[in-house]
Amino acid sequence: MTIGLGHYLSVAAILFTLGIFGIFLNRKNVIIILMSIELILLAVNINLVAFSSYLGDIVGQIYALLVLTVAAAEAAIGLAILVVYYRNSGSIAVEDINLMKG
Amino acid sequence: MIVVAFFFYLFAGLCVASAFMVIAAKNPVHSVLYLILAFVNAAGLFVMLGAEFLAMILIVVYVGAVAVLFLFVVMMLDVDFAELKQGALQYLPIGMLIGGIFLAELLLVVGAWVIGPGVPQAITAPISAKVPNIEAIGLVLYTRYAYFFEAAGMILLVAMVGAIVLTLQHRVRVRRQNIPEQNARTPATAMEIVKVRTGQGLGSNT
Repeated sequence: MTIGLGHYLSVAAILFTLGIFGIFLNRKNVIIILMSIELILLAVNINLVAFSSYLGDIVGQIYALLVLTVAAAEAAIGLAILVVYYRNSGSIAVEDINLMKG
Repeated sequence: MIVVAFFFYLFAGLCVASAFMVIAAKNPVHSVLYLILAFVNAAGLFVMLGAEFLAMILIVVYVGAVAVLFLFVVMMLDVDFAELKQGALQYLPIGMLIGGIFLAELLLVVGAWVIGPGVPQAITAPISAKVPNIEAIGLVLYTRYAYFFEAAGMILLVAMVGAIVLTLQHRVRVRRQNIPEQNARTPATAMEIVKVRTGQGLGSNT
């Protein structure tokens, strides 16, 4: 009944898959897609921290900290772009975002 | 040991269940709240792994900042979410297929990995049992990874400036404070002295 590294990696793998699944399931809703990306980055962080803990190396937690920083910045910029897009078009449906298509 | 296993399965199960609810909930506000629950449970997992500082950062940054940001945006945008949810089921099979393949691959990797022989020698900053977690992170982060730390700060600064620049609006009708104009006011331009006659009021005076 000991909890090993494989348990944490399994949790991270399930979270990662749920994130990818969420992107497919909510293809029209940008907000849920951004939340799914947050879930994916959370899974990456769990992996990094689990390896850091079981290998006894603190550097993994440093990297997890950097991933956290980038995730926060990405959420802020993504939501700002979303707000600007909503202001311009009145909708957040991803399928309508094809202005840059030639 | 049984307590450790109990809490691991508690945190992991709640984390996975709430992550599922994030992508399955009809209302995006519920999605954000389930996201908060998932992050709190992941913070519990981090505490069990001995990474207390990251657990606290996860709660402060995600629950305190990012999730509230999501909540604000969801409530600010007046979108018919039920209409956005339409046709989601048509993507279900392909999503299930890709997700299932992905999960199978990842779990195969989880079941079959070994730590390479050179890895224990390559550890650069071993975790000492005597040093607390925060102190250990600080000792490494501010010395060996100082440039990474500053780069993270720059990324956050750029993100902050970018978000403000993107969402800032210069509306025409909004009246803004003009401090030189306020300071340039004199009694002559700001006041008008009116003599009010007794019993007549202001109406006949003008």
